[in-house]
Amino acid sequence: MPEPLSPAIEVTDLTVAYRDRPALWDVDLTVPRAVLLAVVGPNGAGKTTLIKSILGLIKPAAGRILVHGRPYEEQRRLVAYVPQRGSVDWDFPTSVLDVVMMGRYGALGWVRRPGRREREAALAALGQTGMADFAGRQISQLSGGQQQRVFLARALVQDAQIYLMDEPFQGVDATTEVAIVELLQELRAQGRTVIVVHHDLQTVAEYFDWVVLLNVRRIASGPVDEAFTEANLRLAYGGRVAFLGANGRSPTGAEPAAEA
Amino acid sequence: MLASVFGDLFTDHTVRTVALGAGTLGIVSGALGTFAVLRRQSLLGDAISHAALPGIALAYMLTGSKAPLVLVLGAAVAGWVGTLLVMSIVRSTRVKYDTALGLVLSVFFGVGLVLLTFIQRRPDASQAGLDKFLFGQAASLLDRDLVVMASLGAVALGGTFVLWKEFKLLTFDPDFAGTLGLPVRLLDVLLTGLLVLAIVVGLQTVGVVLMSAMVVAPAAAARQWTDRLGTMTCLGALFGAVAGVSGALVSSEASRLPTGPTIVLCAGAVVLSSLLLAPNRGLVWRWSRDRRSRRRLAVSAVLADLDTLAAEHGSLGRTHPVAVLETMRSGAAAVERSLERLEERGWARRDEEGEWGITEAGREEAGRRFGGTETAGADA
Repeated sequence: MPEPLSPAIEVTDLTVAYRDRPALWDVDLTVPRAVLLAVVGPNGAGKTTLIKSILGLIKPAAGRILVHGRPYEEQRRLVAYVPQRGSVDWDFPTSVLDVVMMGRYGALGWVRRPGRREREAALAALGQTGMADFAGRQISQLSGGQQQRVFLARALVQDAQIYLMDEPFQGVDATTEVAIVELLQELRAQGRTVIVVHHDLQTVAEYFDWVVLLNVRRIASGPVDEAFTEANLRLAYGGRVAFLGANGRSPTGAEPAAEA
Repeated sequence: MLASVFGDLFTDHTVRTVALGAGTLGIVSGALGTFAVLRRQSLLGDAISHAALPGIALAYMLTGSKAPLVLVLGAAVAGWVGTLLVMSIVRSTRVKYDTALGLVLSVFFGVGLVLLTFIQRRPDASQAGLDKFLFGQAASLLDRDLVVMASLGAVALGGTFVLWKEFKLLTFDPDFAGTLGLPVRLLDVLLTGLLVLAIVVGLQTVGVVLMSAMVVAPAAAARQWTDRLGTMTCLGALFGAVAGVSGALVSSEASRLPTGPTIVLCAGAVVLSSLLLAPNRGLVWRWSRDRRSRRRLAVSAVLADLDTLAAEHGSLGRTHPVAVLETMRSGAAAVERSLERLEERGWARRDEEGEWGITEAGREEAGRRFGGTETAGADA
């Protein structure tokens, strides 16, 4: 019998500082497997820093991060990353299919070129994100939502257990947002863990089942019904979200001031 | 003259050497320049080439030799040190990238000039010739120079070929490359190292002052013509070779022009024609596309006006003076020409008095385009 499953991600005492300003302070976080987790917090709360620390892109000043019970370096293949759409130059001379195949580069290893298998995997992932017709398209011709779905497809071909996504809904229209959410929920149903940096407090309860509230320190984390409370939000956003209802939904539909 | 130049290409040994050397440097810098341009490191090439000058001078002072391998290695080491200095200044201080580049470039170049002057004051006669590295001199290329250039160039091109997919990912999305477990820092150092090689290959021919143009210009021109990285790299190499060979031949044959500036002028011509003529991205292409679509829109708008008029008057038979239509287009000048275009297609007709009306076919076309404007008149 296998030992009881280790959590998807276990962060202990994580502290990250840029020069002398702390971006994350003593953060503990346990993410169980097969949840859809929203990382929520005001600007500068360290949401992206948290994601990048888990991925080893930022060297923390202190702390330990375990992925499925082992250090990230040994578990790289289990983790896929969807960076912010604006982090790359979309005028780069390449095609949609080519970008998606980049998700297979890690598994391919050095020097070997992507071949038919990679091609087929990439086309399948593009089909899942509804971008199959765009495979041959130059990436500069894509809209924001299409760019996001290409990045998503690139993560899908990694066939990972844990997906880390930095604001996948930024600049995406409502239809695309719903399509992406359905895809993420499907991933969770397959037993995969999806961690999403999210900006829109209105949709947290609707889209996600777990949440972590962050403001340099971890304010709260857990199932949405328990952790996504007005008191916790007030702590995270500094009392500027008074209009939020009891279950975290806003009656006004307005964005919180802290997120402007 | 041109014929004699090409004739010499096959008979004259010096001319052939010059052409081969310039071609090699063009291919290598054009190919590696693709990555430099896409990584927004165009100016890094400038810093590297200027930083190479003291390396050349020091190599000569230390060894007393002017063997091409010695000088080129000196250049490569100095260029490499300059690059590392830029990177560490950016990492460890608050100085910005462009400022660091400017500092390293000018300080190294200054040191190089001082050393060159110092060498030239020395009594021994062997000092002559190092100053050709300033503006380049293709005519001074010898067979042994070619061997060094070709081998270093082969290393640069071979490295790019072998690590193609890694370099591509590094250039497009380094963070993602890092999450796949690629050693991003090492790849960055490697790719920059290959760029240093590509630059020192061309120094003797083009000179330190203008070598960066050979990194930037062919790649910038190539980007205009294609949306594929592989094609762009090959085109960059081709453009580099064309500019290198033509510039070197002109300078060595015609009038003892300094080679660097002549090659760079040729590269400039390639860039200019690419900026103007390339499909999709070229200025002429865009300009004519904009013009075409503006004209189409104007014709379409006049057709809509005719349709509206016909709907308002409830008859096809009515015709209207051009002035009416011009007023509806708030006095746009091209209304008459648009009307003539509509007439060519049979969507509008002109009566004997020169007034205009819509035809049956025109109404159908308007219905297709604007979807039932019949009611528009009733609404208005």
